[in-house]
Amino acid sequence: MTDPAAVSQTAPLETPLAGLHRALGGKLVDFAGYLLPVQYPAGIMAEHKQCRQSAALFDVSHMGQVELRGEGADAALERLVPGEIQKLSAGRQRYTYFTNQAGGILDDLMVARLPDRLFLVLNAACKADDLAHLRANLPGIEVRELKERALIALQGPKAVEALARHAPDVADLRFMSVAELEVAGVPAVVSRSGYTGEDGFEISLPADRAEAVARKLLAEPEVAPAGLGARDSLRLEAGLCLYGHDLRPDITPVEADLAWAIGKRRREEGGFPGAETILKQLAEGAPRRRVGLRPEGRAPVREGAELSDAEGRPVGFVTSGGFGPSLGAPIAMGYVTEALATPGTRLSATVRGKPLPVVVSALPFVPQRYAKKWEPGESV
Amino acid sequence: MSETRYTGDHEWVRVEGDSATVGITAYAQEQLGDVVFVELPAVGAELKKGAEAATVESVKAASEVYAAVSGEVTAVNEALAGEPALVNSDPEGEGWFFKLKLGEAGELGELMDAAAYKDYCAGLE
Repeated sequence: MTDPAAVSQTAPLETPLAGLHRALGGKLVDFAGYLLPVQYPAGIMAEHKQCRQSAALFDVSHMGQVELRGEGADAALERLVPGEIQKLSAGRQRYTYFTNQAGGILDDLMVARLPDRLFLVLNAACKADDLAHLRANLPGIEVRELKERALIALQGPKAVEALARHAPDVADLRFMSVAELEVAGVPAVVSRSGYTGEDGFEISLPADRAEAVARKLLAEPEVAPAGLGARDSLRLEAGLCLYGHDLRPDITPVEADLAWAIGKRRREEGGFPGAETILKQLAEGAPRRRVGLRPEGRAPVREGAELSDAEGRPVGFVTSGGFGPSLGAPIAMGYVTEALATPGTRLSATVRGKPLPVVVSALPFVPQRYAKKWEPGESV
Repeated sequence: MSETRYTGDHEWVRVEGDSATVGITAYAQEQLGDVVFVELPAVGAELKKGAEAATVESVKAASEVYAAVSGEVTAVNEALAGEPALVNSDPEGEGWFFKLKLGEAGELGELMDAAAYKDYCAGLE
């Protein structure tokens, strides 16, 4: 997901579903340069629970959709990411990230292999830089941004029932699989994935047909619309990172606890930016690590709060924090020194000048319920 | 008889004699969304008009509430600790924040009456 701080200087762009958001009473905000609903009249709490209990529809058209074509596109992409892309089978998708020379993360992304191309989904706030990075480093590979396409996420335990009425084949997709098929008669690229911790789908489709398809999905009894607010609380409960917050150019994948996404062969061969630092940390450990945090009271602990140990020494910082509607309690994520990263460790967070007790907690906060378990480092 | 006055920051102040009850308006709770926590001042605290008096946290963000008038805090709404959603369901009733013993009654004159506040909100749409 993208960085809300990355507000554009010019008027925000509208997604192909802007008219639908207005018709549904969405509260529109400028998010990474796009006008998007932070919530609808139901509110963040209800939209969050709708997704956990049934199915919610999100407009994620602000995200970058990019195709790579050409001989050796997979090997070329591997020069920029530590994921195993060459062995990614057709019809499968994988989470990875662009790294820099220092081993930090420039953006996280999804890569899918379709029969004749790679299909990437990038964060909105990073997509211009990502595209420049791809074009500068993948000579001979066609890099095409799909500006004419919308992206809809349908997420929740009943998403499959609702979507299968318009695209029966989606029931056969397993988690992190992708297929080109028709949704309500419209040609689409559908992946069984998302960023809520629930089963669900992301549907890439032509911009001019997106509203009609979205309306058909919203007409299903299981489905209601949800905005960016619920998307954020859902991903936080699921322990998923938000770029620009939990992931930054000065944080490595080992620190971020995302080393599972580094392919086995890539660990042996290296050959991605920052490999030296990242592989050294894999072998020897990193100085700090991303952890879950449970504040003991009801007060949320938010991004930027400093963390200290029992003696009051600074030991880390909070990168995402808020309220978990499914838990009915505040939750947060942050980075702490490795020695304090064990679940159960008691720390304090500084909120409005006062120390609040927090406990290091295992992630995710709520169990992920994917159609098939997402095996860390799963080989395909 | 009580009289309710409003601020441009969407707080209400209900005055009965030299006592005032303070909360946030229906418009404010609508803008904030689901309230999950309210940090209230300590009973006995002296609030100066314009100073931070409380913090209201929604799922998404924390917002400061500034003292609409000066005075000494005589009571806080303990019910909000267990049920912060009262601010959403009944913002101008059960969802009150705190009570003050008014310091400077003259400050009330600077606040809007119900009709002026209604016009003010309409102008924000």
